[in-house]
Amino acid sequence: MLIVILKEVLILTALFGVLTAVIVIAKMIFSNYGDCTITINDKRELTVKGGLSLLSSLAEKDIFIPSACGGRGSCGTCKCKVTTGGGPLLPTEKPFLDAKELAGDIRLSCQVKVKESISINIPEEIFNVRKFKATIAEIVDYTHDIKGITFELLEPNNIDFKAGQYVQLMTPKYAKQKQSVSRAYSISSKPSLKNQFQLIIRRVPEGICTTWVHDHLKVGDKVNLTGPYGDFFIRDTKADIIYVAGGSGKAPIKSMLEDLKEKGTDRRMAYFFGAVTKKDLYLTDYMEEFKQVFDDFDYYPVLSNPTEEEKWEGRKGFVMPFFSEYIKDPKNTEAYLCGSPRMLDSVCKELVKMGVPEDNIYFDSFA
Amino acid sequence: MEINPFVLFFASIFTSNILLSNFLGMCSYLSVSKEIESSFGLGMAVFFVSTVSAALNWLVYHYILVPFDLVYLQYIVFIIVIAAFVQLTEIIIERFSPVLYYSLGIFLPLITVNCAILGVSLFMVIRDYSFIQSVLFGAGSGLGWLMAIMMLAGIRQRVKEKLVPVGLQGAGLSLIITGIMALAFIGFSGIVNVQ
Repeated sequence: MLIVILKEVLILTALFGVLTAVIVIAKMIFSNYGDCTITINDKRELTVKGGLSLLSSLAEKDIFIPSACGGRGSCGTCKCKVTTGGGPLLPTEKPFLDAKELAGDIRLSCQVKVKESISINIPEEIFNVRKFKATIAEIVDYTHDIKGITFELLEPNNIDFKAGQYVQLMTPKYAKQKQSVSRAYSISSKPSLKNQFQLIIRRVPEGICTTWVHDHLKVGDKVNLTGPYGDFFIRDTKADIIYVAGGSGKAPIKSMLEDLKEKGTDRRMAYFFGAVTKKDLYLTDYMEEFKQVFDDFDYYPVLSNPTEEEKWEGRKGFVMPFFSEYIKDPKNTEAYLCGSPRMLDSVCKELVKMGVPEDNIYFDSFA
Repeated sequence: MEINPFVLFFASIFTSNILLSNFLGMCSYLSVSKEIESSFGLGMAVFFVSTVSAALNWLVYHYILVPFDLVYLQYIVFIIVIAAFVQLTEIIIERFSPVLYYSLGIFLPLITVNCAILGVSLFMVIRDYSFIQSVLFGAGSGLGWLMAIMMLAGIRQRVKEKLVPVGLQGAGLSLIITGIMALAFIGFSGIVNVQ
């Protein structure tokens, strides 16, 4: 009996072994694409091993195309122009590309595989994106659920960014978290500080990265980041500016205001900060100080649900109804927004209703 | 079984179509038949895989399973042979014809679990076909499946522009259409007896 079982197991194993061997050998022969060259903007040439996606091939060479989902093809942010050698358009890319992008050879770099020499065009800013090692210099509690974290850069030891741009913070594996993830946070300090920068991070219940930041991160810890990313920065015009951002959305606005303070501006500006109760307000005095700095700046904290004991005497409700206090010439107003998708959506609608051109509304969406 | 292999080939396309008479391979049939183009892609892949896997499984069955008395393991062995063959096809197509690879792309791995393919291998054993008969039966069944999905896709493309009661939209109406097609094909079933 035993011999019969052994014999059968042996034959089956041999059969499956042969099949596996055939596949492994076929993979070695057919999936080996050798070395391929990636030509970027007709200027730089990189030699990479073929077979990987364009996104990861570039990342290996320290060129980081922004990608919020990490290459799963679910966010559609890693677009780039592939002029030759990208192969046919894939069904996985189609849903993320509009007619103009399809005609312009725009592809998703996480889906395009490097199988031959290819040429791509990417914005020059992306070369500016680097990987940083940093150490935590300071952690301050702004509110019960918002912390300001100051990072001191170790390697490379300086960063060049525009006020409003963001970095991606990589979490290590911690506690029950088996995988490293990266999340985007706007820089809240001024660009002229080259050796360090600050992020403002609000605790998200069950959030992988924010839980790590709030419960595990200590001064002196070493972390990895990439950046800077994004096109959320002040456009160089004469238009009036309205900033709308609640919670940790104050980060990019703070950076913009500090930057404008150094450079000087005579534009009309106002900042609407929405929060729930008085204990969600932070940096209020700091914001009020900007009134002295700029010719025409106003800060409007608005609470949606202040408690009785707090005795709040300021503006109540949502921020939207108070826009009319500030906006005088909607056609000549630029809006800079930062916050949750729901808040962005309702603020955008209100601004458009008031006559602010849609092209003048700028925001970062980290959904 | 004494049946002319070429008669068997045509019989498996028209008179005893694997999909319309045995209702095998229904899941991908229902989900992919929204467009003629992708239906054709999947149909061609099924045709190719069912032909070659019938040949491979015939060899495995008669030269490995029967001599070593392992016939009771045929289900597992057939599925694994099919899966391995699909993998291999995928690797080779990806290398030599990227265009075909991307047009089949998502469908190829789906074929591994297409019951029409396993059905072909099992029928070939039950009905005791010879090697030539098996290969032509596999090819015929694949073509028959291709034909059925193309017909459904054609009908569905026309139905798309019509008003369909909410309860019947999607799979509901597709199943009714398939049932009517199957009824029509039953009319042919007396011509050749393959069972």
